Amino acid sequence: MSTAPVKIPRWVDVGLIPVINIALAFLVSGVILFAIDVHPLEAVEIILYGAFGYDEALGYTLYYTTNFVFTGLAVAVAFHASLFNIGGEGQAYIGGLGVGLGILALDPYLPFIVILPLAILLSAAFGAAWAAIPAYLQAYRGSHIVITTIMFNFIAAALMVYLMVNVLIQPGSMSPESREFAEAGHLPFMHEVFGWFGVKVTPSPLNLSVVWAAICCLLVWVFIWHTRWGYEIRTVGANETAAVYAGIDPKKVIMLAMCVSGALAGFVGINEVMGVHHRLLLNFTAGYGFTGIAVALMGRNHPVGIVLASLLFGMLYQGGAELAFEEPKVTREMVVTIQGLVILFSGALAYMMKGPVERTYVRIVGMTQRPAAQEG
Amino acid sequence: MADLLLNLLLSFDATLRVATPLVFCAMAGLFSERSGVIDISLEGKMLAAAFAAASMAAVSGSAWLALGTGILVSICLALLHGFACITHRGDQVVSGVAINILVSGLTVVLGIAWFARGGQTPSVGPEARFTPITLPGAEALADVPVIGALYSELISGHNLLVYVAFAMVPLTWWVVYRTRFGLRLRAVGENPNAVDTAGISVARLRYTAVLCDGVLCGFAGTYLSIAQNAAFVREMTAGQGYIALAALIFGKWRPVPAMLACLMFGFLDAVAIRLQGVEVPVIGPIPVQLIQALPYVLTVVLLAGFIGRAVAPKAIGTPYVKER
Amino acid sequence: MAEETHIAAGQAAAPAIKLRHINKAFGAVQANRDVCLTVVPGTIHGIIGENGAGKSTLMSILYGFYEADSGEILIGGKPTPIRTSRDAIDAGIGMVHQHFMLVDTMSVVENIMLGAESGAILTSSVAKARAELERLERDYNLDVDPDALAGELPVGQQQRVEILKALYRGADILILDEPTGVLTPQETDQLFRILDSLRKQGVTVVLITHKLREIMAITDHVSVMRGGEMVADRVTAATSKEELAELMVGRKVLLSVDKQAPRVGDTVLSVEDLTYVDRAGVARVDHVSFQVRAGEVVGIAGVSGNGQSELLELLSGIRPMTAGQVDVLGERFSAARPLDPAAMRALQVAHVPEDRLRMGLVRTFEAEESAILGYHRDPAYNRGLFMNGEAIRSDCAKKMADFDVRPQAPALKTANFSGGNQQKIVLARELSRGPRLLLVGQPTRGVDIGAIEFIHKNLIAMRDAGSAVLLVSVELEEIMSISDRILVMFEGRIVGEVPAAQADERLLGLMMANAATEEEALATHPGLPGAIAVEPE
Repeated sequence: MSTAPVKIPRWVDVGLIPVINIALAFLVSGVILFAIDVHPLEAVEIILYGAFGYDEALGYTLYYTTNFVFTGLAVAVAFHASLFNIGGEGQAYIGGLGVGLGILALDPYLPFIVILPLAILLSAAFGAAWAAIPAYLQAYRGSHIVITTIMFNFIAAALMVYLMVNVLIQPGSMSPESREFAEAGHLPFMHEVFGWFGVKVTPSPLNLSVVWAAICCLLVWVFIWHTRWGYEIRTVGANETAAVYAGIDPKKVIMLAMCVSGALAGFVGINEVMGVHHRLLLNFTAGYGFTGIAVALMGRNHPVGIVLASLLFGMLYQGGAELAFEEPKVTREMVVTIQGLVILFSGALAYMMKGPVERTYVRIVGMTQRPAAQEG
Repeated sequence: MADLLLNLLLSFDATLRVATPLVFCAMAGLFSERSGVIDISLEGKMLAAAFAAASMAAVSGSAWLALGTGILVSICLALLHGFACITHRGDQVVSGVAINILVSGLTVVLGIAWFARGGQTPSVGPEARFTPITLPGAEALADVPVIGALYSELISGHNLLVYVAFAMVPLTWWVVYRTRFGLRLRAVGENPNAVDTAGISVARLRYTAVLCDGVLCGFAGTYLSIAQNAAFVREMTAGQGYIALAALIFGKWRPVPAMLACLMFGFLDAVAIRLQGVEVPVIGPIPVQLIQALPYVLTVVLLAGFIGRAVAPKAIGTPYVKER
Repeated sequence: MAEETHIAAGQAAAPAIKLRHINKAFGAVQANRDVCLTVVPGTIHGIIGENGAGKSTLMSILYGFYEADSGEILIGGKPTPIRTSRDAIDAGIGMVHQHFMLVDTMSVVENIMLGAESGAILTSSVAKARAELERLERDYNLDVDPDALAGELPVGQQQRVEILKALYRGADILILDEPTGVLTPQETDQLFRILDSLRKQGVTVVLITHKLREIMAITDHVSVMRGGEMVADRVTAATSKEELAELMVGRKVLLSVDKQAPRVGDTVLSVEDLTYVDRAGVARVDHVSFQVRAGEVVGIAGVSGNGQSELLELLSGIRPMTAGQVDVLGERFSAARPLDPAAMRALQVAHVPEDRLRMGLVRTFEAEESAILGYHRDPAYNRGLFMNGEAIRSDCAKKMADFDVRPQAPALKTANFSGGNQQKIVLARELSRGPRLLLVGQPTRGVDIGAIEFIHKNLIAMRDAGSAVLLVSVELEEIMSISDRILVMFEGRIVGEVPAAQADERLLGLMMANAATEEEALATHPGLPGAIAVEPE
């Protein structure tokens, strides 16, 4: 008598295994904290309180989350075309440059309501343009996109330093920053927005970009799964030969996917430059582009997963800052470490737990089914 | 004229120093990539080794112990990369990124926890470093025109690890092209099925390759923190691992051309320091950032295939799965 | 050759190979079930069965590529556990795989000593390998240039390198997995001469094939596999093609398809001097000219790798042509105005590609997504900017019902369908629009018998409905039973045309090997000297 093989349900693959992988990443993080003499559970408590315990903290958490949604979506869209865009950092940087240049040029003349869509457009265009060059080189010249996007991060950094130090610096200023934008170039903070409705909220950097991030999630979901362009991106990503057979030009799809990806990363500029700093400055991307890789891997390239993963990393960034404040032995780089571990466990070691988990599942199901089978 | 020559000589001298970690890393990457495993974690392994070596040097005061520690830590990361990519068939690029990010965080976290100096390790004295060696006869020959100057200024007066790095190039060539291991290494990167059916374990071969990679990255990191410098500084690799990877690709995965590419990038870096603030007629002062970005720009241009074509080992990037 | 001597000798000595109750499952698929096998030393033992009967799996177990779930292996009478290829090599087993296991960028000598080097440093290994290679080449009459790059050798020579590899490792048991798939009949003949001389030197040969005539031509014994089980063992001299065919398939199969005379209409496809030169500068398709008219099936026969695949990809617009012109339904295409897949679909040209998993489907897509591949821009599946999910699903459900795809689940992942049902999804997609020109490649590769009949009937139905059909297949029986006219390709050129009614395997085989033009072949046929050692029908 042969036993019918147990079918592994979808929730094990999409739900349980990713959660186990993230749990492993946190377990190792706990061990590291333990090793530097910080009690992991106390650290968790501080992080949780620091991230969600009061409204200002929540504001900060969501402000970080906004950035991660943008960069996470950026990495995910490229992943769907089977492209690994490591250049989110540079694209975000240049996207911010676009926002800054636009507002610096326009804020004396135009009202906010005109500047906002223009700024969104400019951040997208600049981010897309910075992604388009590596995309072109991959599609038409065959150079590896991973390497070129890495190089473009360095080139973006050098370009920004040059522009800030030599061109855009406010005359007479010592630090390489542009002049502050006029009021028309400020994206309202959420505490201001709540203020309009008479709700009093403690000020935090959280601004209206968070709404745009939510809209982007929806747009990406529709774009990838419910338009023919998304279909073409996924086809190229899954099977390039089949795409050619289907009359899809992989070169154009690579360009499209990377431009959308770069545009999404560029929106970090809206949040940072227009939403928070209200001026152009150096290093406002602060590694958010790289966090996007962890976010996309953890969120399995799906907007819902990306929102959840972004929230988690938003929590870690904000709570981590609180932890660094409370515990002098811990620095914010602990968050970077956790990020690396998340990429390791949910990305590179994604299949490690698949076998053991599925075998365990089969064993458990087998045990519960056998008595039932004997009855029947 | 003599001034220019001397300047050039000093630039070449600096080139050797700057190119040393690149050469180590390029040879490291060569082993891994020739076996079919992409390694963008050269950067991370080098950074980890730099931190480990500097920490050990600060604690023990022994340069050799520091070197050993640097290599050991780098090997551990290489094995982690192997564990993810070979044993669990994970994405090789993702694994590399994970290691790079992990190390960039962890070195600072541990640095602050252990030394409380904002991520730096304490400076170590010459006894715990690899210091310049004057080669025999350098002083005697110094006054001989041309050859003497070349020998005493350019060849002599580097630390031990510089010589090791350049000795690694012919050694790597010999191993890859003249030994049994090299034959199998080249085979497994092209067609792992052929290796498997010849009765050789693909996994063991690739693990050996990433192990060699780890050892060489350990040298690179140690050189950075306790030979070229006297302490570890956060993010001190500053993208050199990526430059080495680019040099490897530019050298078409062959030892000598890869070394030449390293020397070229090293030279660019060395002149960049010298060209700072130099006025060029019409254009004005050369922006420092342009020179700094030049290696990356050049790499992109090279990779774009405007100069030659680099054909990667055929099986690179694909985990080995026995087909049905 | 006197079989009885072999058998007598075999009865005295211990069997070269004895497999006892081998079981192997891949997930839910039982690839080998309780398989037993005995091979007499110094003989050629054939293992025959359809694609997917479990032959290759069994031999992979014997060669240590897979480990059996249960069962026992005895080599020369001794129980020999084989867990890795190393164990197999140590036990004196060599294997020539269907896909050659050569490193293209390395020389013949390097390939041969890989894994069998005599020391850690190569210099001495190379010298030793060269000397040994010379001896082997002399002893077995296997001539190969030791310094040539493996990737640059013709396939027949590559196969010799594989045999030399095994012999170099001291193999006295040689397994060949479908060795003739890529060879012309004449190269096949040479291979058989080599195998014969191996047998004379006492080497035991196991030959895996699905071609009956090879079994009859060369083997001493034959074992038949079906559905993962060993169903029969015979002495070759005491069996017949008919018996083996029946054992293989399990029931009588009528391969000829009932069809009426074609009602031929206007020319739909006209190809003139079509040429395709690949990156290496080789003319894969070389000045090919032919026509296909509405209502007829034109079959293209040829040993695989002679340009048929490229021809199909040129005509569907996947590959850019180098020169020549193609007229399709009144549109003229040339190198200056290239064909492209989307434009061809717009002209109502459908294409069933040779390799459905590589090209025709996306494994990770839901079936309904795979079922619109290539037609995803069709207004019927879109509503403005967005795709119309309901239309796509109901359309897929209808196609699945029409083409009897099982299970009828549009939302199931493509990879979860069986080979035959995947092929039906592709056919449904391409056929249900009533194309005016249908390009079909290997329509029944890896498909079970029942589905083959269904697919053949559908192709004939397309023809009868007035479509022009161009069929590329390496299965001669398929070509002969479906086509109205047969073109033969050899090295990128069309070397002859035969009306289907006058074609038989021998004639086509000779033309495929370019041993005869159609006139010569027809003139000398059927009294041809037996170039291929096939027993008379």
